[in-house]
Amino acid sequence: MNLFHYANVFFSDNANWSGADGIPTRLWEHVQYTLMALGIAGVIGLPLGLVTGHTGRGGNALALVATAARALPSFGLLVLLTVLMGLGLTPVMVPLVALAVPPMLVTTYEAIRSVDRSLVDAARGMGMGPLRVMFQVELPVALPLILSGIRSSAVQIVSTATIAAYVSFGGLGRYIVDGLYQVDYNKVVGGAVLVAALAVVTLGVFWVAGRVLVSPGVRRQQR
Amino acid sequence: MILIDAVTKRYPDGTTAVDRLTLEIPDGSITVLVGPSGCGKTTTLRMINRMIEPTEGRITLDGADIREQPVNSLRRTMGYVIQHAGLFPHRTIVENIATVPRLLGWDRREARTRALELMERVGLDRSLAKRYPYQLSGGQQQRVGVARALAADPPVMLMDEPFSAVDPIVRKGLQDELIRIQGELGKTIVFVTHDIDEAIKIGDMVAVLREGGKLAQYAPPAELLSAPADGFVEDFLGLDRGIRRLSFFTAAGLELNTVPIVAVDSTAEQLAARTVPQTPYLLVTDTEGRPLGWADAKQRAAGSEALIPFGHSFTAGRDSLRAALDSAVLSPTGWAVAVDENGRAVGVAAQETIAAAIRTAHLEQQATGSASGVADAAPVDA
Amino acid sequence: MGGFFDIPSDLQASWWGLIGLHLEEALVPVLFGLLIALPLAQLCARFRWLYPPMLGITTVLYALPSLAFIVLLINWTGLSTTTVEIPLTIYSLVVLIPAIVDGVRSVPEETHAAATAMGFGPIRRYIQVELPIAVPAIFAGLRVATVSSISLVSVGALIGNEGGLGNLLSDALHYHRPILAWNSVLTTAVLAILIDGLLVLLRRLLTPWAVR
Ligand SMILES: Nc1ncnc2c1ncn2[C@@H]1O[C@H](COP(=O)(O)OP(=O)(O)OP(=O)(O)O)[C@@H](O)[C@H]1O
Ligand SMILES: [Mg+2]
Repeated sequence: MNLFHYANVFFSDNANWSGADGIPTRLWEHVQYTLMALGIAGVIGLPLGLVTGHTGRGGNALALVATAARALPSFGLLVLLTVLMGLGLTPVMVPLVALAVPPMLVTTYEAIRSVDRSLVDAARGMGMGPLRVMFQVELPVALPLILSGIRSSAVQIVSTATIAAYVSFGGLGRYIVDGLYQVDYNKVVGGAVLVAALAVVTLGVFWVAGRVLVSPGVRRQQR
Repeated sequence: MILIDAVTKRYPDGTTAVDRLTLEIPDGSITVLVGPSGCGKTTTLRMINRMIEPTEGRITLDGADIREQPVNSLRRTMGYVIQHAGLFPHRTIVENIATVPRLLGWDRREARTRALELMERVGLDRSLAKRYPYQLSGGQQQRVGVARALAADPPVMLMDEPFSAVDPIVRKGLQDELIRIQGELGKTIVFVTHDIDEAIKIGDMVAVLREGGKLAQYAPPAELLSAPADGFVEDFLGLDRGIRRLSFFTAAGLELNTVPIVAVDSTAEQLAARTVPQTPYLLVTDTEGRPLGWADAKQRAAGSEALIPFGHSFTAGRDSLRAALDSAVLSPTGWAVAVDENGRAVGVAAQETIAAAIRTAHLEQQATGSASGVADAAPVDA
Repeated sequence: MGGFFDIPSDLQASWWGLIGLHLEEALVPVLFGLLIALPLAQLCARFRWLYPPMLGITTVLYALPSLAFIVLLINWTGLSTTTVEIPLTIYSLVVLIPAIVDGVRSVPEETHAAATAMGFGPIRRYIQVELPIAVPAIFAGLRVATVSSISLVSVGALIGNEGGLGNLLSDALHYHRPILAWNSVLTTAVLAILIDGLLVLLRRLLTPWAVR
């Protein structure tokens, strides 16, 4: 009995490919959770990182917030919120968002800070206002790093969204949790493989995003 | 005209970077701020485009206080060039140059056309337009920096040690280019450097600052060299200030001796005719008249073909006495070789002749109060 | 019954006992992770071509859900702390390797050359020059790894009582006692922040020369 065998059994069972507990449905649920959590975390983390990075103020406070958010155990938070609020989307989203904000926040801040000061200086000297400096100079130059922060958030969400299944939610975690309780290793392995595959696809998406969004002049500098 | 009027800048930590500085910066010329590190050059420059606000005093541009207009529109009328160029790595060369025109609302095509035109003006090939800054050499990047500052045709250019990060040969090229561009466009340029040679070469006016942001002397370069205000300025100018000052005297009036010049295919009679007691050497030229080297008159007459190298020549009528003296000093025979614009030998001058010319020039200058034969403050051979 | 520190008897541990368990399960993996990461990172810094594939492998491993990882390991290591500690070790590797590589690479070329010129051998140079200069970067990684590890241990509760403070969570659900969940989350978070603070102190002691 090895992992390939389990996975093989799981993926060749036709019953696993359709219906409410089918792979397409679960996968889509998982993607939805991920996008939602990533979106919320982005709305919180990116502007905050951008502004603190630009002004250079609040770096310490930011590090504190990030540490605190990291310190919150995702699984514990999920259970706590479920016990308090009952089943719902909020108890699932809060831990995922708390997980995703620190990498985005910290990398964005660091990325903006690390933009060569003489560039900002030149931009200001040419008569760019703070918003222009931020969006026309700092953001494009810092973009590769910022994307890497969002990427690591995304990968963590993909892998952690599995815990939603523990409180009767869907997503790929269903296979893992159900497999655990039904002592069905095929399911566990199948679920894990799917999550890992989704993570690899996520990495791919970010690679493409980097190609498309990052200026070749900056991309080349990173090497 | 930019008037810096009794301006003081104190930083919050108590450093006085600039101390009651008053400077009148004339239009259409290059004014250089020079001085040792930390003497407040950058601070002064950045107060002109309000990147730094003065603690006391005020700065006016054509009579109006620079605080009267919105800060960003002020900056868009002042080109700004810094060390390492500060090019935007995420933008191509044309995009970099087109930055300020775009900020001013020009349409994309117009800005691009302008950028390409400027690339030519600063001596960059148009084929570089689509490249990114990392694909350019340091010297090319610096040219792009200058082009970017010129893009919206600002009347004023502020340059903070723009050429200090490139090697001496490239730097000389950039300096020449700047002088040429300035001649063509007539900008008001404020140029910061800590290199006194650069200041003397490109400046129409030079302001020497000392530590603590005090003005030590403000004068045209020739005057700086001939009459340093005090020991500090004298030290700062260095030991060879007398030699450097010769750059401001033209060698046009130098008496050239045309007798000891012979072509390589001269006959024995021709050689004899050109051999005079005062000059034991003959300057041998090719059939076109270009100098090849010195020959000992007696040995040449005896049939020897041996030549002594002549160092380097100076261009008669264009170069300065400094170039003539240098040519004489470097020549093993002690004679300087003068050539015309086409490189043909037009005469030779002994060290003694040049020394006499220097004395005459100094005397004349004392009499008229300005460098002889030189209309303005620019060195003859920069 | 019902107070913050009233731990149900089925957990067979006091609050302090749970903390001890939790810390052990969280920190042992980070320690192992560090021991494995140091030589691996050094290899990556030396042979640059090794780094991208190494990053690729660790990133994919990182993407494996801890839950699935733990469940799968039951096959080999049974219902034990080891089952929880192995995935955590791998997760810390993922954080530590890039941190150390970046740290070692951040040693300025001149410093490196100067040390070589003074006659440091490769190993001595590594221990006496490169490692100390890389310490701030390594600690940045160590902090992230430790804090994540502490917060991840709770998942162990899913396979029986192997989740340290996380064990309170299953009871919170079973007995519907929110206070137990509060206890678990808050204690874990405070623990993480305290340990993080200790690491910051330790770094300051180790690198008195560093700025800040
Ligand atoms: N933001 C600041 N806060 C405090 N002091 C400053 C600040 N900026 C500059 N100074 C100080 O003001 C003085 C003048 O600085 P400035 O940058 O104008 O010198 P500089 O002449 O341009 O020197 P360099 O040739 O080294 O560039 C220096 O003593 C410097 O330490
Ligand atoms: Mg300066």
